[in-house]
Amino acid sequence: MTSTITPDTSAPVAISVEEQQFNDLIEADSRIEPRDWMPEGYRKSLVRQISQHAHSEIIGMQPESNWITRAPSLKRKAILMAKVQDEAGHGLYLYSAAQTLGATRDDMTDALIAGKARYSSIFNYPTPSWADMGSIGWLVDGAAICNQVPLCRASYGPYGRAMVRICKEESFHQRQGFEILLELMQGTEEQRQMAQDSVNRWYWPALMMFGPPDDDSPNSAQSMAWKIKRHSNDELRQRFVNMLVPQAAVLGVTLPDPDLHFNEETQQWDLGEIDWTEFHEVLAGRGPNNAQRLQRRRDAHDEGAWVREAAAAYAHKQSARTEEMAAK
Amino acid sequence: MTTPGDSAAEIWPLWEVFVRSNRGLSHVHVGSLHAPDETLAVRNARDLYTRRSEGVSVWVVPAAAITTSDPDAKGAFFESPAGKNYRHASYYSKSEGVKHL
Ligand SMILES: [Fe+2]
Ligand SMILES: [Fe+2]
Repeated sequence: MTSTITPDTSAPVAISVEEQQFNDLIEADSRIEPRDWMPEGYRKSLVRQISQHAHSEIIGMQPESNWITRAPSLKRKAILMAKVQDEAGHGLYLYSAAQTLGATRDDMTDALIAGKARYSSIFNYPTPSWADMGSIGWLVDGAAICNQVPLCRASYGPYGRAMVRICKEESFHQRQGFEILLELMQGTEEQRQMAQDSVNRWYWPALMMFGPPDDDSPNSAQSMAWKIKRHSNDELRQRFVNMLVPQAAVLGVTLPDPDLHFNEETQQWDLGEIDWTEFHEVLAGRGPNNAQRLQRRRDAHDEGAWVREAAAAYAHKQSARTEEMAAK
Repeated sequence: MTTPGDSAAEIWPLWEVFVRSNRGLSHVHVGSLHAPDETLAVRNARDLYTRRSEGVSVWVVPAAAITTSDPDAKGAFFESPAGKNYRHASYYSKSEGVKHL
């Protein structure tokens, strides 16, 4: 089905009716739904982004689940379990969204455990102290929220809807982290030191969560044209830092950037140079915990095999029995 | 017609999840999930979609059992509303100012 436009060498020769419809929907800021026609590139780039996002939620459970058995109180343990459970849920919402694009759950899982899929580098850093539960909530979930709020308006319907659910749950994550740090900062000198040390370790990796600088972000322009992404990496990073500075003041922690200063002209906080070599190292799999995170995910998958098999066998038996009864 | 996400390559079938947030309200579609059978589907749906008392009742429906309108027939399938504004109360303006109408 193509409607041919008068041949013109300067313009594309023809655009299909479906493609025109797709372009119109994007133009009108409407939403694309699973059964709509979409360019192959749009589908591919969504599958890549959504599955990476899902993997991040799943791998993201590990640095925190590490502290569940050692949480300082029963209340903190319950909170941490609820948060980690939420992250599992986020992963599942996102895998479902990717599945509406034709990606299968098994393929995505296989790519992850084979080390072929990416997930957010932030989860390759270790969590040696309890204060890290605070820093993760405040800085890592905080950066995630900053990234994710605009994604609620992503042009692909199922992705946007998953993000709406996720964002609703994330605000609790950030607040509980902030509270952990606040309590430590109101504690002993040793506890304050622990909180500051943790913030020092997580601050820069959290800023790197927004991705490479705009002039080094190859997929961004197309993603913005398709209205999957609404703001550039640097824009979101700046927005995040502007929010962090007053929050750090409430906590009484110092942000580990000696060049951080308020720019009277732009009314923004100018930040110092980010060490992108570290970012690329971690991305390339040479971060402190890359191998451990993947191994743990692989083990969990293998150890869960019997559960999946048993559930499938039971379902099979049940449906065979139902058929038998119907035949009688 | 195939349902998005319900592919032969998937080992477990896809289920659509509907949640009634309160008595007196309709069940509303909230998302989907994969599960081997209906018992596990409804339990997974509870764990996945109602962790904060979002619902008092959950439905799970095999996605394959849902029949939908053909998206390619857009426009033709849904009758044009053009010239039918008399189906809306706002079409009737002569009664303006008359109370309780
Ligand atoms: Fe999350
Ligand atoms: Fe979170």
